[in-house]
Amino acid sequence: MSKTCTDVICPFCGTLCDDLIVTTDDEGKKILNVENACAIGAEKFLHASDHSHRVTRPQKLQEDGSFKEITYDEAIEYTAQMLANAKKPSMYGWSSTNCESQSVGHEIAELCGALVDNTAAVCHGTTLIAVQNVGIPSCTLGEVKNRADRVIFWGCNPAHAHPRHMSRYSIFPRGYFTGKGQKQRKIIVVDPRPTDTASLADVHLQVEQGYDYELLQALRAAVRGNELTGDIIAGVPKEKVYEAAELLKSGRFGVIFFGMGVTQSLGKDHNIDAAIMLTKDLNDYTKFSIIAMRGHYNVTGSGQVLGWQFGFPYSVDLSRGFARYNPGETGTIEVLKRKEIDAMFVLGSDPGAHFPMECVKEISRLPSVAIDPHITPTTAICKVHVPVAFVGVEVGGNCYRMDNVPIEARKVVEPPEGMMTDEEFLKAVLKRVKELKAN
Amino acid sequence: MDIVKLTLTKVPELYLEAENITPDHFAGKTAQQIGELHVHLGNTTAKISDYFTVEGKGGATAADTKIIISGPTDKVKYIGMKMTAGEIEVQGNTDMYTAAWMAGGKIHVKGNVDSFCAIGMTGGEFIVDGNAKNYLAASYRGDWRGMQGGKVIVKGNAGSDTATFMNGGTIDIGGNVDVHLGTHAEGGKIIVRGNAKGRVGGQMVKGDIFVLGQVERMMPTYILKGEEEVELDGKKQMFHVWIGDMGERHGKRKGEIIYGKIYVPSGKAEAAAPAARAERKKKLTDKQLEQVKEAFKGQEPTVQQVRTYIYDTFDIDMKPMQVSRLIDGLKR
Repeated sequence: MSKTCTDVICPFCGTLCDDLIVTTDDEGKKILNVENACAIGAEKFLHASDHSHRVTRPQKLQEDGSFKEITYDEAIEYTAQMLANAKKPSMYGWSSTNCESQSVGHEIAELCGALVDNTAAVCHGTTLIAVQNVGIPSCTLGEVKNRADRVIFWGCNPAHAHPRHMSRYSIFPRGYFTGKGQKQRKIIVVDPRPTDTASLADVHLQVEQGYDYELLQALRAAVRGNELTGDIIAGVPKEKVYEAAELLKSGRFGVIFFGMGVTQSLGKDHNIDAAIMLTKDLNDYTKFSIIAMRGHYNVTGSGQVLGWQFGFPYSVDLSRGFARYNPGETGTIEVLKRKEIDAMFVLGSDPGAHFPMECVKEISRLPSVAIDPHITPTTAICKVHVPVAFVGVEVGGNCYRMDNVPIEARKVVEPPEGMMTDEEFLKAVLKRVKELKAN
Repeated sequence: MDIVKLTLTKVPELYLEAENITPDHFAGKTAQQIGELHVHLGNTTAKISDYFTVEGKGGATAADTKIIISGPTDKVKYIGMKMTAGEIEVQGNTDMYTAAWMAGGKIHVKGNVDSFCAIGMTGGEFIVDGNAKNYLAASYRGDWRGMQGGKVIVKGNAGSDTATFMNGGTIDIGGNVDVHLGTHAEGGKIIVRGNAKGRVGGQMVKGDIFVLGQVERMMPTYILKGEEEVELDGKKQMFHVWIGDMGERHGKRKGEIIYGKIYVPSGKAEAAAPAARAERKKKLTDKQLEQVKEAFKGQEPTVQQVRTYIYDTFDIDMKPMQVSRLIDGLKR
């Protein structure tokens, strides 16, 4: 016999699919089958319940480079001491955990005068900067499914990064006003490469790499009917730019999805700034919205929690007791590069694999703790690695979808025996930090 | 005018936040009282006298006070933040936010400054003898008011995002600037005496930008309007005038639409044409290679460090890929 859980949330990407069916054995210890999920999502469930390769107890880096198993209490003590004694600790990550844990983490950060940053720093942080500059006309994915007949994918490749995004929301589904599904939609893909998403497009604007800003501004001018200088604009023929502008204006409801191709290429926040302004301009002719293709399943949630607690969505500096914010100064990469911090705490992220080498070297030099269910490049260089239960698989909690819709993740199996969750671990650290700070 | 001399004696272990170093805070205080003022390092608070030796005393008012700062001040932030009057002279380099939200008086930095200097400036004069990094005279995140008045003079180069959301004042840069000059500008005047990398005046509503060197790649949304004689530095010169940004909103005056303007000296128009990309193959001579090798002897320099070094000493802007190959070559 087996048990079946329906409507399970997938803790992989920002699409946060909520229709998974997971079959477990009778005791709820092992996952036997996952339905409806994409290949990556299914693998995340299946491999979580395979306990043979999991680290189940914290471990500490020894002088000879090997790791020695320690108890959770020792790990809590080390983490609390490190954070409480540091002059400017950094607490980075937060994107692969639930909002409840984030909230506890922020309380620790406030007590210790830490920097709190999430993975938006290397991802959609620039989007958040642009939103502060010019605002954002946005909508939910449900509206996209039911209404959108013009869809732009700018610098993103959902075919690989958000596998079910196209079938659930953006290209294929038949919604209330979009009964004919794909036939009713016009898809524009802007990407320097012919990607798998581009193969589904009606128009593929093959922009010259690093010139998105020029193309966006040219589109804005074309939408206004103004003239442009030059025959080729950022790698795209001028006529094609005017054609694309007409195509966008002729729709009933349009949406722009954008990804790392614009947020982290030359110009960064200015690219998004121009994309948002394009959306605003198009609203003079038709209804248009813009949505960021957020990566981690709860990076949006981290921005939300930081937002309501401190007023800023990422790169928050609490070292002076009040919240300050300025990516470029308080971002984790910058402070690591400039050697501005003296302790590093990582939870639910892998800077070791994604940060510049210089920053990774700095992490390995500093006192550091990594909280992660897996062994990753980060846990390999941090002084202490604390394994925890998988959020969304072994523990529930609140998560935010890429369009800022909160969805409650569900627990489907039991974690390995004696393992702590993010929240439990952070609460224990908070208790110890309070004791240390009281003296 | 009374002079206060600050000398940094202890290099901070992390970065020091010293927003109290302004004539406004020093006015009417003795050396000892000045030494008692706070500086911040991470979540700890220290006194100015813990890091600096203080000599002299503050004047009766901020306008009567001059501060001379010497020593290795590379890691000191916020010098002269929100100052309204008086004078500051820094002998070396300073870190971020020097002259941030400055409203009056004068700051002279003889070395280089880091990012976010003179952001949100409303008045006064800020002079840098060396280079400035990114976000010079820009706005704070989310603010639509960048530099609103005063004067910024940088004798060296400036980084990217210079003068974002500028709506008044003058910026004069002696060297080159990186991308995104005068983005969202709604007024003010920018003079770049070297080259501009590109995206000059993106989303500009109003304002004047003079680029006396080349614009590597003009925005496609700027249109060449013709030639015009304009007075610059007291002498009249012929300039090609580009108007735009065509993708942005523009106001009207007497029925005529007011655009942002980019002035490029006549005779350099070809280089400024949008299709022309200044991408010549750039290589170092053997002699220069030797010099690079000597400079980074026994170190493990990053690509960015070497690139900056090459850019600063030989004025050659190499691609990161080229530099990375060069480093590999040098190692061998």
